[in-house]
Amino acid sequence: MEAGKPKNLEGILARREKKLAFLLLSPTFLLVVGIVLFPLFANFWISFKPISLADLRPPTILVKERIKGKLEQPGENIRIEYRYRNSSMKYVLADVVFDDELPKSIEVLDISQNCSVEELSDAKIFRCVLGNIAPKGRGKITLNVLSDVPLKKENFSLTELQTDFKTTNVLTSFDFTVANYLKVFSASEFTEVLKITIYYTFFGTAGALILGLFAAQIMQKAFPGRSFVRGILLFPYVAPVIAVAFSWVILFDPFSGPVNAMLIELGISEKSINFFGKRITSFSIFGLEINFPVALSMVILFEIWRYFPLSFLFILARMQSIPSDLYEAAEMDGATPFQQFWFLSIPHIIGILAVLFLLRFIWTFNKFDDIFLLTGGNAGTRTLTVNVYEQAFAISNLGAGAAVAVIIFMFLLIFSIVFIKFTPRDEG
Amino acid sequence: MAIWRSGVFGGLLAGAIWSTLWYTLVCVALIVGSGSSINLEIAPALITGMVIGLLNVINKPNNVKIYFIVGILFTLFLLIVCSFGQPFGSQFPITHWHTIISTFIVSALIFSSIFLTVGSLSTGLQTRYFAEAFYTRLIWGLGLIFLILIVTIPFYVMIMTSFKNQRSLLKNPLDLSIDFSAGPGKLLNSYIELFVKYDFLTLLLNSAFVSIVTVVITLLFSIPGAYAVAKLRFPAREWLSSSVLLIYLIPAIILVIPLYSVFSQLGLRNTLFGLCIVYPATTIPVALYMLRGYFAGLPSELDDAGLMDGLTRWQIIVKISIPLAIPAIASVALYVFMIAWNEFLFAFMFLDDIKIFTLSRGIVSLDSTEVPRQHLMAASVVATVPVLLIFLWFEKFLVSGLTSGSVKG
Repeated sequence: MEAGKPKNLEGILARREKKLAFLLLSPTFLLVVGIVLFPLFANFWISFKPISLADLRPPTILVKERIKGKLEQPGENIRIEYRYRNSSMKYVLADVVFDDELPKSIEVLDISQNCSVEELSDAKIFRCVLGNIAPKGRGKITLNVLSDVPLKKENFSLTELQTDFKTTNVLTSFDFTVANYLKVFSASEFTEVLKITIYYTFFGTAGALILGLFAAQIMQKAFPGRSFVRGILLFPYVAPVIAVAFSWVILFDPFSGPVNAMLIELGISEKSINFFGKRITSFSIFGLEINFPVALSMVILFEIWRYFPLSFLFILARMQSIPSDLYEAAEMDGATPFQQFWFLSIPHIIGILAVLFLLRFIWTFNKFDDIFLLTGGNAGTRTLTVNVYEQAFAISNLGAGAAVAVIIFMFLLIFSIVFIKFTPRDEG
Repeated sequence: MAIWRSGVFGGLLAGAIWSTLWYTLVCVALIVGSGSSINLEIAPALITGMVIGLLNVINKPNNVKIYFIVGILFTLFLLIVCSFGQPFGSQFPITHWHTIISTFIVSALIFSSIFLTVGSLSTGLQTRYFAEAFYTRLIWGLGLIFLILIVTIPFYVMIMTSFKNQRSLLKNPLDLSIDFSAGPGKLLNSYIELFVKYDFLTLLLNSAFVSIVTVVITLLFSIPGAYAVAKLRFPAREWLSSSVLLIYLIPAIILVIPLYSVFSQLGLRNTLFGLCIVYPATTIPVALYMLRGYFAGLPSELDDAGLMDGLTRWQIIVKISIPLAIPAIASVALYVFMIAWNEFLFAFMFLDDIKIFTLSRGIVSLDSTEVPRQHLMAASVVATVPVLLIFLWFEKFLVSGLTSGSVKG
């Protein structure tokens, strides 16, 4: 009996701990499910639907009320007109009913057959059952009334018109299509987009990593003002993307940008170059024709410029954790600076370099803001992410945009598997 | 023959590179600062630099201070002689104070750079160690200048452009000086317009509101969550802490279409409230991941002691764990603030009403042909300054935040 007790107690404690843990995690869990996991699933759903941006405004019945007649004179005939219209071009509105509140004092003269008037203590409720209204369908209901007291227009618009109807919500309906995928894959520029994405991702990641490694090497040496310089080097990453993107655009502006003016001033270039607007420039070296993608290279340079600080921080942190007596020993053995870098520093930081490369690769692949702000995806810089925006919001085809997003997600899945497989456990 | 290991070659090389570099940079600074044009004539500086480089290899000083002063003056003299009294061309006569100061600065920079780079290099063939040490010094100096320049130039252009007016910008794009004689009213014209005509104060307040709410919600959600993952035993704990990482690999662009659709239908789209839901959802996984690491590092004996003394778990979190984790919480808060303040995509997609624009959204709407670009740059400065000030003020916290959580971009 005594032996069983602690075990039982432990069980209670463990259960309590489990319960508490789930309680503490539940807000986070709910929010993440709602805002991240649900949209992820919804994205698949939308990618199989024929849905455009305009379909998001749910179909509704629009009713306009017009009052004709001399309201101020009691006993005069007053004519009320309701014009209604189905706002949707595609969908039927079913079981449409609308209500309007009329002043108590009026007397209804004639009424169409699907309408009725209900007496309340302080008003009259006029109700019409319109049934089904076809897409773009419209109609008119008129009502003749008489009033024995003077009225004003305001008496008729005390309350809003109430409507009630059933309709198909495009988001939740069950009509599916694969047209979005067919459209995306068959588009002539799709392979081009894919190529540009991979080019941008690879060179952006590798460039940022190499520049970060270089910066870490430089900042490892102690010198006066080092921490200040380190702070400055992080500016590109910390500043809002919108601010730095626009200052690059203005810096390289073809008409009034300082860089172009400087190139002409120093005689390096004859006429100004549209850095973010020119797709390709051709030149020949030793008779070899080379097509150099200008705008894409600029976008990659921006990517490198903006994200090298991150790689730099990580690599520097890793290098400063290498014990300094290793370097002292190497020095004693007569290892030259390059040998110390190659045989001592590199083996220590290769792990973090690999992790950084994979993570940065994924994030560069995902990058949207930078290209969108610099070129808007023009001049040969349209990556997959920009294509999502282009399809969904510029061409207003939400379904096609979602289909591109699904393609991105598939790529990400592959990258993540690679990432998990190849990440050394201690480097995370 | 290993010419690269020769000391004389090293001296000449260092002289040539540093003189060309500093001379070009000072020329560019003169062009930008004065607005007038210069014909770049490198030859005089190049000759000067190579002579100085050679002298530094041959001559090793006993008294560094005196050697420095003499050396700089000698460089100055050489530069003026080699350029026939016109170190920066006929546009800048030597009697002009601009020229005198620039010549002095360029001489000082050339001499001290060469002196520091050459170091212990002597005339003969160097051992591989000393040769490489020399090249390392050379690359180090060049690299440092390169990094500082590429990072600061866009910000410099941003700030200078914001003080200009349309006419002077079009007349000479290279004139990036500040004309103080114009008076503060003219200089700050773009800023005044932004706040008077475009109501940037509201935008600033909106950005601040959204960012602060995001920070508060993120902390409220992630602190208990991180504590649970770090300290409590429950099934799927391991799985949970690694899936958190995967969640923040999911990009906003995949989420934007569904969120846009659903929020439109719920009437949440064009509201700041909508942003205040979406932003925390994207930052909580990062925050949880960062805090989890910190909580796991706190000794669990503290929690046990608390339990023994009759505290509930909740009291332990509030009275023991949070006070101990203040530095980590501060860095998470700053990092989340930075993300929310800088966020562009959702603000751009969600907000239509100018009254509730955040700064990012407001600046995009300024990017049209009707708005002069100095306004755009002034707006960029307004958006950048708060976040850079916070960054510089709390740099230590933020750097640790960046390294512990932010492989995210």
